[in-house]
Amino acid sequence: MNLKLKIWRQANASAEGQFKDYQVTGITPDMSFLEMLDVLNEDLTARGEAPVAFEHDCREGICGSCGFLVNGVAHGGRPGTTVCQLSMRFFKDGDSVALEPWRARAFPILRDLIVDRAPFDRIIQAGGFISASTGSAPEANATLVPKSSSDTAFDAAACIGCGACVAACPNASAMLFTAAKLTHLNSLPQGQPQRDQRTLNMVTAMSRELFGSCTNHGECEAVCPKEIPLEFIGNMNHDLMRATFRRRREPITVVVPRG
Amino acid sequence: MASSSAASQPAAKTAPVIERPAVFGSNPLTLLWCTVIGKKVVMAVTGVIMVGFVIAHMLGNLKIFAGPHEINTYSRFLRTVGMPELGYGDALWIVRAVLLVSATLHIVAAIQLTRMNWQARPIGYRERKDRETSFAARSMRWGGVLLAIFIVFHILHFTLGAVGFEPGQYRELHVYSNVIIGFSVWPIAVFYIVAMIALFFHLDHGIWSMLQTLGWNTARNQATLRLASRLIAAVVFFGFVSVPVAVLAGWIH
Amino acid sequence: MLDARIPSGPIEQAWDTCKFEMKLVNPANRRKYTVIVVGAGLAGAAAAASLGQQGYNVECFSFHDSPRRAHSIAAQGGINAAKNYRNDGDSIYRLFYDTVKGGDFRSREANVYRLAQLSVNIIDQCVAQGVPFAREYGGLLDTRSFGGVQVSRTFYARGQTGQQLLLGAYQALEEQIAAGAVRMHPRSEMLDLVIVDGKARGIVTRNLVTGAIDCHAAEVVVLATGGYSNVFYLSTNAMASNCSAIWRAYRRGAMFANPCFTQIHPTCIPVTSEHQSKLTLMSESLRNDGRVWVPKQKGDQRPPNQIPEEERDYYLERRYPSFGNLVPRDVASRNAKEVCDDGRGVGPSGQGVYLDFRDAIARMGIDQVREKYGNLFEIYEQITGEDAYRVPMRIYPALHYTMGGLWVDYHLMSTIEGLFVGGEANFSDHGANRLGASALMQGLADGYFVLPATVPNYLASNPPVKLDTSHAAFAQAKSEVGKRVAKLLSIGGKRSAASFHRQLGRMLWDDCGMARSDASLRHALAEVGKLREEFWQNLRVVGTGEELNQSLEVAGRVADFFELAELMCTDALTRTESCGCHFRIESQTPDGEAKRDDEHFSYSAAWEWKGDGQPPVMHQEPLAFDHVHLTQRSYK
Ligand SMILES: Cc1cc2nc3c(=O)[nH]c(=O)nc-3n(C[C@H](O)[C@H](O)[C@H](O)COP(=O)(O)OP(=O)(O)OC[C@H]3O[C@@H](n4cnc5c(N)ncnc54)[C@H](O)[C@@H]3O)c2cc1C
Ligand code: HEM
Ligand code: HEM
Ligand code: SF4
Ligand code: F3S
Ligand code: FES
Repeated sequence: MNLKLKIWRQANASAEGQFKDYQVTGITPDMSFLEMLDVLNEDLTARGEAPVAFEHDCREGICGSCGFLVNGVAHGGRPGTTVCQLSMRFFKDGDSVALEPWRARAFPILRDLIVDRAPFDRIIQAGGFISASTGSAPEANATLVPKSSSDTAFDAAACIGCGACVAACPNASAMLFTAAKLTHLNSLPQGQPQRDQRTLNMVTAMSRELFGSCTNHGECEAVCPKEIPLEFIGNMNHDLMRATFRRRREPITVVVPRG
Repeated sequence: MASSSAASQPAAKTAPVIERPAVFGSNPLTLLWCTVIGKKVVMAVTGVIMVGFVIAHMLGNLKIFAGPHEINTYSRFLRTVGMPELGYGDALWIVRAVLLVSATLHIVAAIQLTRMNWQARPIGYRERKDRETSFAARSMRWGGVLLAIFIVFHILHFTLGAVGFEPGQYRELHVYSNVIIGFSVWPIAVFYIVAMIALFFHLDHGIWSMLQTLGWNTARNQATLRLASRLIAAVVFFGFVSVPVAVLAGWIH
Repeated sequence: MLDARIPSGPIEQAWDTCKFEMKLVNPANRRKYTVIVVGAGLAGAAAAASLGQQGYNVECFSFHDSPRRAHSIAAQGGINAAKNYRNDGDSIYRLFYDTVKGGDFRSREANVYRLAQLSVNIIDQCVAQGVPFAREYGGLLDTRSFGGVQVSRTFYARGQTGQQLLLGAYQALEEQIAAGAVRMHPRSEMLDLVIVDGKARGIVTRNLVTGAIDCHAAEVVVLATGGYSNVFYLSTNAMASNCSAIWRAYRRGAMFANPCFTQIHPTCIPVTSEHQSKLTLMSESLRNDGRVWVPKQKGDQRPPNQIPEEERDYYLERRYPSFGNLVPRDVASRNAKEVCDDGRGVGPSGQGVYLDFRDAIARMGIDQVREKYGNLFEIYEQITGEDAYRVPMRIYPALHYTMGGLWVDYHLMSTIEGLFVGGEANFSDHGANRLGASALMQGLADGYFVLPATVPNYLASNPPVKLDTSHAAFAQAKSEVGKRVAKLLSIGGKRSAASFHRQLGRMLWDDCGMARSDASLRHALAEVGKLREEFWQNLRVVGTGEELNQSLEVAGRVADFFELAELMCTDALTRTESCGCHFRIESQTPDGEAKRDDEHFSYSAAWEWKGDGQPPVMHQEPLAFDHVHLTQRSYK
């Protein structure tokens, strides 16, 4: 089949960008969406034009590298699917397809469809870990973890850090990403000692990265390729109140990752 | 910025750099006000208070259908309640104070968060399709502003009688006649009805949103909560509009 | 001349002895030592985090935008550990034994024993970090049997074990970054190793966003840059996985061991179109409950569910009664190839066999199957559009893992002083064949426990010598890198690097893949040589070097793959025995099983680079088997 593509081209972070129209031909249903772009890039190269830059690596929906809007929907909008898992089966001959990068102040565009998601790493640096320096760990079965807790933790830990939640959120808010990591660590016994500090730090780091706030639109949940539920944002809010109001002798202060 | 953003990476192509301060100290109130989520919680709590008031107020208004005597004594009751421990009108002033504070916090938080959200995406999408969000959710801000305007007007109107009445028409404590006369001016009645529509949408999203903000929404009960939210909003809406409608329709006079 | 520095004395105490004899660095001085860690996958992230915790000044590099993207993230099945939680007769010794035997007696006993010992601590470490391993209702850790072993020693997190383990290491790393102990350099690709006075003292990198070529100096360099399966173009590895880091080190004098030991994974989704860019693995754990079969008669075109039981050939169960569908990867893969070559392959291409869950669903019920394999079935449906709960999956072997890599001694130090290598990048503890769920184990053992012990030992005996990147060695390496980049950009031919890569991969798959022969390998050597010539004549890279230029990145990697491909074939050619994944047609038993030749080939082949156009020289590390007695592997 043949497709009409409209793709955002931008040379670098400080350059002006604009949409360009392209034609791809000879696409077969068993290709993946990114393989379709490979085909486009092959003949752009042949014509001496710069190929379309897009981030990708595992091409099986787990590394979180890929991601852009396909016809206005992050990752193309098939449930639980990253754009690299999107199959051309779902397109028909003559379709026109628009590709646009994530847009958020926190995610500057580096080139074409590639954005810089470093703020996510900095949110993790603020507290997205359980401190257990190597060698200090107790016997693994010493702490029992209720299956329900470890299942919840896993559901949250399934986040691949792709940034679609930010991209789809009308407020460019990173609540779903942050909530996923907090729910992962805060629902495990191992995560309890640092729970309040972690929550405060990560929430603060999130707002310092110039993401928006949440007004519960639910767009993030709708596009999340790992189907992280809104419920986890609720958990995070709940944990933040816990961190704020719990009585404690030792004062708690927010630690901001060093710059 | 942490070192993970290699120095040689170009900065965002987005105008002035905005510094958002971090919070320090462990005073619950500062923590709450200084964190994005904390502010949302403030909105939610003030929201609940206002929702509570609105519901009570709506029920109170319905007494108008029980006739002049009922509603007027109710209005008097509002001022005499709690006597002799409290002086005349004290109870009402307490309520007013609480409402005033709530509305102020609610609005200030709303404005601050909204500015934050506008900063967060300086260059918008050429095309982005909504999947999940609703008109109600998208109209919270402007709906809110309309409500603010309405409330100011409304107090000048029915509480102070400063607008919407011929001199001498407005009579303190004669709620029944005030309302009839007030709404027989049709543009005002229409404005009220429009405001009530805004209120309906604000609550339709707001009540559920509040539950989510406070962390009571789960994957399992989400549908139920959204429905409940819409029902309450609808009840409040019909309860309120029944009055101006009844007046316009001449059912009460 | 190859000294593996294996501690003397009983193997059980080897590692403890070794640790005790190591020199230590005074905590107050550690900050004065800079450690470069290239790679932030399981091995790299774990090492960087652990060395950071100890107080060294760590500089960590990755070509990814974040450490969390490393290819380790894709590992599905699980990680082995000799915990014996199931009381099913497992032990450190048995894990050691299974790994040596599974590796077909081409690995170093002492290393494997240490690996088995450390496996236990890895699980403790990961659980403490909050890795959500599968649990039983009582709250204890769950395990499953995996990849051709008869004890249940594999710990897993649904089908995303690698993801969860990597996130654990990544989070530990980010904590150290926040603490200022580790400086992360994302989107920076190592393009050369810098050697001063015979010691590894730094690297040259290209910033993938700005194109800037930078030098970085250190007291020691650790490579944890993963495997090179992508030399075959189509593999289960992530698209960007490549050999450049270790290849550049090889060209600087680090020996490359057993390059021809490449593993083919039996359960991948078959190739569908010629535009296919990568292959997707269906976790091996599926073989625990799925049954592998093909039709008895050739070219049987009937839909699988219409083929009656008696006309199905469950060939693995037939040929290997005791192991059945759980035979090791190399055996399973080769048998799949045989039945397909025999014309009984299924699917449009005829290159596939069925993996059937009908009986499993009947036995445990669809819900339990979903609970166990749900996400794998989803992946399968996403890609093929088929519902594996109703029709059997189609699978075919694909390139998956490379046992070969830079030669390292017991301390994981390469033949270049001060250059350490961990994870899949070194020639590892897996011999000629890796058992399932043991790469994650090895990556983490290297990263969390071995390197953090052996690197300080090296530093202790090499006090910091003031050195900055203005040194001539850096200037020279930097200009060489610059020249090479310029060359790639200036060829201005017709073909993209990707098209060369695809063609190279096809050649290797045909001639140096699942079955190799003297003829095929000589053919490959000739063809690859020609194609490499064309590459340097006819390559086209659009754009410049001073910008984010993905075609340029690919071109550089493919260029190195060409050279590696030739070394692989050379190695395969000299090893005329069959062992593990390396199957030489010439060397098989009457009933078609791989036939080892311990008399002549009981060694690891370490290749030394002798300069462009010069044939590499092979050095042998003889392998002694004092504990696991040499037997011809038999899974009958
Ligand atoms: C699909 C799949 C499933 C698997 N399943 C299992 C399993 O179930 N159990 C198991 O035990 N093993 C499994 N494996 C094998 C295992 O995942 C890998 O062997 C292991 O993760 C390798 O980890 P690593 O840290 O050595 O390298 P990687 O995880 O590949 O990390 C390489 C790192 O090096 C960096 N890098 C590379 N080159 C350069 C350079 N030139 N400059 C800068 N940075 C560089 C990369 O950015 C990356 O951070 C699987 C492999 C695949 C492909
Ligand atoms: C006075 C002017 C008002 C303004 C400017 C305003 C504005 C807003 C805004 C911007 C939000 C955030 C949207 C969201 O979080 O989903 C909000 C939420 C809300 N508002 Fe208002 N509003 C006003 C009045 C009211 C009134 C009168 C009520 C009740 C009768 C109310 C109840 C709520 C509730 C319950 C929420 C949800 C809080 C949350 O999600 O945490 N608001 N309002
Ligand atoms: C059609 C709908 C409404 C009618 C008929 C109505 C009627 C009245 C009347 C008669 C009073 C004066 C009561 C007295 O002085 O004793 C009053 C006061 C008030 N109403 Fe309403 N109202 C309506 C809707 C609303 C809504 C939607 C809000 C808020 C969002 C609201 C908020 C108030 C407030 C804050 C006061 C002042 C209370 C006080 O300070 O005395 N009203 N209303
Ligand atoms: S929450 Fe979902 S959408 Fe957001 S980063 Fe994680 S996986 Fe991507
Ligand atoms: S879409 Fe945005 S507003 Fe909240 S619910 Fe999701 S973050
Ligand atoms: S490429 Fe890895 S998730 Fe899409």
